[in-house]
Amino acid sequence: MTYRILRRGVHPAEAGYWLALLAIFLVFPTHLSLATTALIFALFALSYDLILGFAGIVSLGHAVFYGVGAYSAGLLALGGVREPISGALLAGLTAAALGACIAPLVLLFDGLALMMMTLAIGVIFYEAANKLTWLTGGDDGLHGIVIDPLFGVFRWSVYGYTSYLYVLGWLFVLFVLVRTIVGSPFGAALQGIRENTTRMYLVGAPVRLHLFRVYVMSAFVAGIAGALSAQTTQFVGLEVISLDQSIDAMVMLVLGGAGRLYGGLIGAPVYIVVRDWASAWNPYYWMFVISALLIAVVRFGRRGILGAADGLADAARRYIARGVP
Amino acid sequence: MTATLVVRDLCKRFGALTVSDHVSLTLPAGARHALIGPNGAGKTTFLGLLSGTLSADSGTVVFRGQDITREAPSRRVKRGLVRTFQISKLFANLTVFENFYLPCNELAGTSANMLRPARRNGAVIDKADAMMADLGLLDVRDRLAAELSYGQQRLVELGIALCLEPKVLLLDEPAAGIPSGETGIILAAIERLPPEIAVLLIEHDMQIVRRFASGVTVLVSGSVLMSGTPDEVMESQEVRRVYLGRTGRRRLAGARDA
Repeated sequence: MTYRILRRGVHPAEAGYWLALLAIFLVFPTHLSLATTALIFALFALSYDLILGFAGIVSLGHAVFYGVGAYSAGLLALGGVREPISGALLAGLTAAALGACIAPLVLLFDGLALMMMTLAIGVIFYEAANKLTWLTGGDDGLHGIVIDPLFGVFRWSVYGYTSYLYVLGWLFVLFVLVRTIVGSPFGAALQGIRENTTRMYLVGAPVRLHLFRVYVMSAFVAGIAGALSAQTTQFVGLEVISLDQSIDAMVMLVLGGAGRLYGGLIGAPVYIVVRDWASAWNPYYWMFVISALLIAVVRFGRRGILGAADGLADAARRYIARGVP
Repeated sequence: MTATLVVRDLCKRFGALTVSDHVSLTLPAGARHALIGPNGAGKTTFLGLLSGTLSADSGTVVFRGQDITREAPSRRVKRGLVRTFQISKLFANLTVFENFYLPCNELAGTSANMLRPARRNGAVIDKADAMMADLGLLDVRDRLAAELSYGQQRLVELGIALCLEPKVLLLDEPAAGIPSGETGIILAAIERLPPEIAVLLIEHDMQIVRRFASGVTVLVSGSVLMSGTPDEVMESQEVRRVYLGRTGRRRLAGARDA
């Protein structure tokens, strides 16, 4: 399989994916809370794919933007801005502004140094969130978040109907945005940087500027994901800004297939569902199941579930082409 | 004739090792100049200094009247000072088409565009296709660069540089390592370069130098030993002594008889 940096039009299977997400609403009405979590993580993994999968920026601190988005949305709601869509947008913009401040520092580095830099920044923000109890609630988190009904009409019920459709709407809109960016001439240049950064400098590309722009956009999307988590759970805990949260996004993305638009969108739900099953089966060893799954996918798929699916599809095509009865 | 590229007293040291020692060189528009010298003479370093991937300790590089000695590599490329690499640095996991698309995309300035589909970037796609057609690469348009023969990879290398519409083109041994059956394509491509481009060619093969260059500069231990026409250089006893050696003399004789 090869990466193709100039994308073709919409594939029919894509419609299937989004219809399946709608169908979940009807088929599993009792599991919508879990499904909502999966979609929020899918959005977070999508934001991470923008920098890791498409631009080749290996960051271990992406939860900073998710966390800042979550705290911003929580604080906005507690401060009286209770309209959900504008709240999420403001939270996303806050994360993007933070991304614009961090990017010049982070993008000086690449490889291992970049990972250490982002790890350090992640730890600093986690500790800050832990210590600034007057702002973040520290260990106790932010409680009592109240959000106005969606469009002033749809109330947030315990069954999570509104939450699920609200998050699905955001995921779809932001996916279309990311899809557009990745498929644009700018997206092609990003993938050129991922493939051969030195050469991109030497074809006259403003590499730093390209990376800066994608980093800020990724922070924006991650911030919205965090905001959705705050709004739908009505709670912001320290874990939203933890290293675990960053690692989770990375695992989900690798599981689904990094550098693929649907990598996070497939990987996150699989991760969340497997984690749910495994922890119901055994609350102590569920991480074992996840790890085994990851090893299997990386060993046999290399490019995640989507990479493995491509491999199978290719094999099937060859099998059919050889003239099987 | 106006000089496109003027290099004055360019110096570069790595610790105690002087790799570029007051090198001066002038390329008029349309020049076909060769840079020769034994291994380790500092030829590739010199290209690095000109393209900006290495920074000079002292001396100046003036491109079309502008001092660019301290400019970033990408800025120099935008001005039209473009180099190729001895060891191919292609986008190995991208297709040949994509290798041509990316430089055209940057030159056209469309790479800032985030909202239009890349596949509808008509002018850029047409240019990439035209360039591939010129170099006879349309047959392998959708193959990965890494899968091509070495000779074809060198053509892609040259093609990436040509997509950037150079005014000065620096070629680092474009035909080195290519099986003899394939050298013809790359030499033909070099000979068909637009006449107004100034070309500086690093080359070991004296036959290629003679066929291609009207001027030659000999670099030894980082400094210019002599400059002249190919014949003058080949006649020089000093050049023979320090550079050409026994095998070189044989090659030289072959080139003269050819």
